[in-house]
Amino acid sequence: MSDPSAYAFPTSGSSRLSTASSIYTDNRHTPQTRNKSLLERNLNRTKGAEVGLSSFAFLFSEMIQYAQKRVNGIQDLERKLNEFGYRVGLRMLELLVWRDRNPKREVRVLSILYFIHTALWKGLFGKQADSLEKSTENEDEFMISDNEPVLTKYISVPRELSQLNCNAFLAGVVEAILDSAQFSARVTAHTVPIDGFPLRTTILIKFEKDVLARDELLK
Amino acid sequence: MIYSVYIINKAGGLVYQRDFAEQLEKVSSNDYLVLAGTFHGVHAITSKISPVPSSSGIEVLEGETFKLVCTQTLTGTKFLIVTDPQHQNVDALQKKVYDLYSNYVMKNPFHTPEMPIRSDQFDVGLSKLINEA
Repeated sequence: MSDPSAYAFPTSGSSRLSTASSIYTDNRHTPQTRNKSLLERNLNRTKGAEVGLSSFAFLFSEMIQYAQKRVNGIQDLERKLNEFGYRVGLRMLELLVWRDRNPKREVRVLSILYFIHTALWKGLFGKQADSLEKSTENEDEFMISDNEPVLTKYISVPRELSQLNCNAFLAGVVEAILDSAQFSARVTAHTVPIDGFPLRTTILIKFEKDVLARDELLK
Repeated sequence: MIYSVYIINKAGGLVYQRDFAEQLEKVSSNDYLVLAGTFHGVHAITSKISPVPSSSGIEVLEGETFKLVCTQTLTGTKFLIVTDPQHQNVDALQKKVYDLYSNYVMKNPFHTPEMPIRSDQFDVGLSKLINEA
């Protein structure tokens, strides 16, 4: 993974290219049907394009196991998951804006946060986040909470890793969206259980100083 | 009334055991392992000596005071449920336990296949299931 150019420009002959494309266009079994591959599908059609939660859960599980073998300690693991999510977030922002009926650039802190709370959550999980709050202690901190996080629905973190919250992946997604919308921030995920929702997760967003200073000017 | 649930891996090792009835006598954890291993052996023997070709092995064991129902999954994991002799509809319960297992154990990145099950969500789900049954 360290050298992405190796993937973009395969050095061996065209035979490799043809096998690579056959992964996406599954026409080996059904040559007649005009089933479009994942990459050719219309970006605006979301109905019926959902991915099964089980498929995702197994993939995510493997991603965590992969990451776990390559890190030292919980913080490093969360950083790695955050990186994975970052790559998703970069694409999600573009896709969501593209799908929006009245696409526009969000320039205010609150509106981009609302976009994440509503549009991002709906795009990823089919539901809104449960709350969007401003920290009472720190001016530059905001929190988005989900009572039943979809990503970690099946994950039980063992006691020795109790500090870990696998929604670090989701924090990475949020961080990428904020970064690419020019709202630099540090985003982390924390487990904050409340009655009836033991898995409740809060995504903590800490903006850079200049972001808030700019927002002050726009008032 | 459901007495207890056992999950045995394909090598005959006990990976999960829980009692739900208070009147059950507690035995040492080693004895539970022996019990699981013994059952695994008996199961293998029954499937071999059965007059029916390619038998799935022992499915129900009925005693005066208990009934033991065993299902083996395609991967060789065995689910045992011990109930009172009158208990009906253990099959539906088995299916639900298997459901919980495939969701909260197999999709959990911190679970190692064939190793003891330590999943809080599986524990919680199972308690809920047994209380409803």
